[in-house]
Amino acid sequence: MYDGGKILFGILIFLAFVTFPFYNDIGKANVKPEPKIDTPEIQKLPQKKCVEPKAFMKAEHMKLLNEWRDSAVRDGNRVYVASDGKRYIISLQNTCMRCHSNKKEFCDKCHNYAEVNPYCWDCHIAPKEAKIAPKEAKNEY
Amino acid sequence: MGALFSFVAVILLILLAYVGVEVAGMQPIFGIVIPYAAVLTFIAGVIYRVIKWGRSPIPFHIPTTCGQQKSLPWIKQNKLENPSSSTGVIGRMALEVFLFRSLFRLSKSELRDGRLAYGSDKWLWLAGMAFHWSFLIVLLRHIRFFATPVPSYLNLLESLDGFLQVGVPRLFMTGIILLLAVTYLLLRRFYIPQVRYISLTSDYIPLFLIMAVASTGILMRYFFKVDIVGVKELTMGLVSFNPTIPKGIGVIFYIHIFLISILFAYFPFSKLVHMGGVFLSPTRNLANNSRMVRHINPWNYPVKFHSYEEYEEEFRKKMKDAGIPVEKE
Ligand code: HEC
Ligand code: HEC
Ligand code: HEC
Repeated sequence: MYDGGKILFGILIFLAFVTFPFYNDIGKANVKPEPKIDTPEIQKLPQKKCVEPKAFMKAEHMKLLNEWRDSAVRDGNRVYVASDGKRYIISLQNTCMRCHSNKKEFCDKCHNYAEVNPYCWDCHIAPKEAKIAPKEAKNEY
Repeated sequence: MGALFSFVAVILLILLAYVGVEVAGMQPIFGIVIPYAAVLTFIAGVIYRVIKWGRSPIPFHIPTTCGQQKSLPWIKQNKLENPSSSTGVIGRMALEVFLFRSLFRLSKSELRDGRLAYGSDKWLWLAGMAFHWSFLIVLLRHIRFFATPVPSYLNLLESLDGFLQVGVPRLFMTGIILLLAVTYLLLRRFYIPQVRYISLTSDYIPLFLIMAVASTGILMRYFFKVDIVGVKELTMGLVSFNPTIPKGIGVIFYIHIFLISILFAYFPFSKLVHMGGVFLSPTRNLANNSRMVRHINPWNYPVKFHSYEEYEEEFRKKMKDAGIPVEKE
């Protein structure tokens, strides 16, 4: 090989980049997030159900929030009729977060895992929560 | 023809993944086996190509020069366009790799009123830059699926990329720019006659493939939502060699990952491997120092020669007899 040293150096750099995900995760436990739903408000529910079915909420809650926002802010319509006919007041803080008052144990659990940083809390007020251990507090945004 | 063939091929790939997952339920094949095989092919293939290039000799010293070469001390050298040292070459390569310097120099020629006219043509450079840089950023953003905890610079990257704050989930600009740029690169091959004439199937396949990858990604992020936490479980399983198939991930994810696997596996054997090749182009990576350093052709083999002394030694008697003057009596 001509210029073998340089070529091997280049190949090493290439390998360092493409195998990054593999060596970066060696020996790390792959724990998926378990969002907790044990809030006082949800405990009171006869049926532990969200606004919409769980599978839908899991994948599409951000789209739903977008619809809610547009509906409330643009159309002035603050009532949401769910697919099962139940009515909810459209409000991030007073509906979603009243049930899910444990934002750090619920929303943030998934969001930290998937590196999502909703900017909603720049303006909307997150529910007050009990102080959490400093180690976990570092994970919040 | 080439375009049609490539388009149909990509559509067939999409259908294959769709049928494979929706009808045949082969999630482990499309979510585990094929991605692993593709990454292996990619790594081994790129290394193979680079080593093969490394083994080919460079018979001539052929840097292309585009500026004043090193000369008398009072003549200003253009160190980047005509480098004479390794530092200069590194600078030149950096311009090439990060800013596509030689594409910036592109010109076009046209017949105008029967006369040949030349003009600068920056569109290809612009689209190329937009395409490659947004592709890089999109790729980096995907690290969020392959690392826990996610490195913190990704947060910065995402907030820059999404700073328009359009919609929920936040619109990332690079995804759209990538798709627009690749569309331009494709339309250019359709509408510029000279380019169309030299376009082959192997030019169209990567374009359609990348277009399909970007479109499925955008569809999945903004329209047909999938369970992202489940997706990350799958991808983390892959990189930690603990593969799992979480239930309930939409088929569009499998189409997306299948197309990417095809792209990765195809990469080393196609023009896409210019990612490595750009570093090994002798017209770019040699210093223009042929007046200072002798370039030896590696093909040169030791030539058997017969010197005049040896010749005279051999034929002295015959030469003398014929009356030819000799140097040594
Ligand atoms: C710039 C500040 C700001 C940001 C950032 C913001 N909002 Fe809002 N949001 C508002 C204001 C102001 C209203 C109107 C409140 C009202 O009329 O009751 C509102 C209303 C809403 C509503 C309907 C009414 C209600 O009480 O909740 C929803 C739903 C909503 N926002 C969701 C979101 C989501 C989701 C995000 C993040 C993607 C977000 N907002 C980010 C300022 C903001
Ligand atoms: C009436 C109380 C209530 C309200 C209001 C509510 N939720 Fe829920 N949510 C629940 C319960 C209970 C569950 C668990 C459902 C299950 O396990 O089937 C849940 C589940 C979810 C999940 C899925 C969690 C998982 O483990 O996959 C998401 C995401 C979610 N909610 C988001 C929201 C958002 C966003 C809103 C506002 C639009 C909202 N919820 C409003 C009670 C509520
Ligand atoms: C099951 C895990 C999970 C839970 C629980 C969850 N989220 Fe999410 N959320 C996600 C994922 C994953 C995304 C990113 C989706 C994407 O990138 O397409 C997301 C995205 C969002 C976004 C859009 C962010 C953006 O990019 O603009 C908002 C807003 C949001 N979530 C609000 C909430 C709120 C409020 C709660 C708590 C009530 C919540 N989520 C609970 C997983 C979850």
